[in-house]
Amino acid sequence: MPIISTAGLARTFTGRSSPVEAVRGIDLTVRPGEILGLLGPNGAGKTTTLRMLTTLLPPTGGAATVAGHDLVKDPAAVRRRIGYVAQSGGLDPQETVRSELVLQGRLYGLDRTRATARAEELAVDLDLTELLDRPTPALSGGQRRRLDLAMGLTHRPEILFLDEPTTGLDPGSRADLWALVRRLRDEHGTTVVLTTHYLDEADALADRIVVVDQGTVVAEGSPAALKAAHGAATLQDAFLAITGRGPAPVDTTPVAV
Amino acid sequence: MLLHDTALLFGRYARQTLRSPFQIFFGALMPLLYLFFFGPLLTGLPLGREGDSWQILVPGLLLQLGLFGASFAGFSIIMEKSWGVFDRMRVTPVSRLALLLGRVLRDAALFVFQAVLLVLVAVPMGLRAPLPGILIGFGFVALLSAALASLSYALALKLPSPQEFGPAINTLAMPAMLLSGLMLPMALAPGWLDVLSHLTPFRYLVDAVREAYIGHYTTPAVLYGVLVALGLTALAVTVGTRTFRSAGA
Repeated sequence: MPIISTAGLARTFTGRSSPVEAVRGIDLTVRPGEILGLLGPNGAGKTTTLRMLTTLLPPTGGAATVAGHDLVKDPAAVRRRIGYVAQSGGLDPQETVRSELVLQGRLYGLDRTRATARAEELAVDLDLTELLDRPTPALSGGQRRRLDLAMGLTHRPEILFLDEPTTGLDPGSRADLWALVRRLRDEHGTTVVLTTHYLDEADALADRIVVVDQGTVVAEGSPAALKAAHGAATLQDAFLAITGRGPAPVDTTPVAV
Repeated sequence: MLLHDTALLFGRYARQTLRSPFQIFFGALMPLLYLFFFGPLLTGLPLGREGDSWQILVPGLLLQLGLFGASFAGFSIIMEKSWGVFDRMRVTPVSRLALLLGRVLRDAALFVFQAVLLVLVAVPMGLRAPLPGILIGFGFVALLSAALASLSYALALKLPSPQEFGPAINTLAMPAMLLSGLMLPMALAPGWLDVLSHLTPFRYLVDAVREAYIGHYTTPAVLYGVLVALGLTALAVTVGTRTFRSAGA
């Protein structure tokens, strides 16, 4: 029984001159406890797909079931079971780490006492305890990311959606985040759907990869299977072959500056 | 659930506003300037309706406060959208109506507070009006602020780029102010302008508050004002909630 299944999920934006088909029809199946990497060039429709699956954007076509509930008919039930960390995060610069975590708990229905306790528990889990009373703009990039994750995990979601979670992070913070995603899956059985442009990240982290290009799924499989299917040594070469960009040509002429 | 979530969000935004005294007092500045430097010009003029000049001007300034203040409320949602706060809240199960109302009630409270300030300053300037009338005036400020703040959020989310928001609001608010007779009563207007004025909802609100300020509470003008204010608020909150659902996309 898949935890996410979509059929022809589509989104067309009404542009100023002509309609833009950001997502033309995505068919996707995600199994419980799976870490799914959603790859694709810029503008392929990854973020739009995530925004639809997280109820932020109403689809203009197709259907989807997320965590056992119909995305369009019962978005509130879907929201209770999913967590989402946007590419930009979601922190208010006028608040402290603690006030953000407590509010988040209360938005998920915890009373003040339980929300406060949950905030402290999350802070321990994500190594934010020392930072609880800092204003959010005082956090480093890695600390901000951990807080974003803590916010997304407040209600122990069955599915966690991460949109480019490691963009802009230093290698140490990236490694921490990878470890955390694995821990979530191993200890809590959380299903994780993440987008990334880092193919080493997808290779290291994802059980299965779905490549999206021009608003549709163009390939899917485990990292090993994708490499094998395209005779590629790295996921990067496989990705370039799939999206039709081919491996970068070796140019021997000197660069004229 | 709706009440709980609305109160929760109202508390957060009210605390943010309280931390910024500048925001609290700055909005009252424009109507206060009108009170000081424009009000005294009117004291000896025949204004074409019952009541002295302060009973005519102060209701107009109260609604001007709501009109200009609340119309710009949308700026805050543009900021919240760029920080990702707006989507982070929309991905929680909190009802879209509560997401809107928590913000809008903060706005209404802010502008009613500024309205109280304005009336307190107007009394030594010469304003004399019955207390029930003054309280009714605050009620209208609250409804007008809530309605305009809701529409302002909706517009801010609908516009393709934030740079368009300021000019769009000015383009809408200026004619609304002039046509509603906020500064000078429309009783002075030629027939065509009076007719045009009756096509804007604000006209009915100003007339109602001016009636209340001279102690008339059960006249048709007050009734029309109440009906228009309630209708406008209901419509605006519906539009606002719908926009929060789709994020304007």
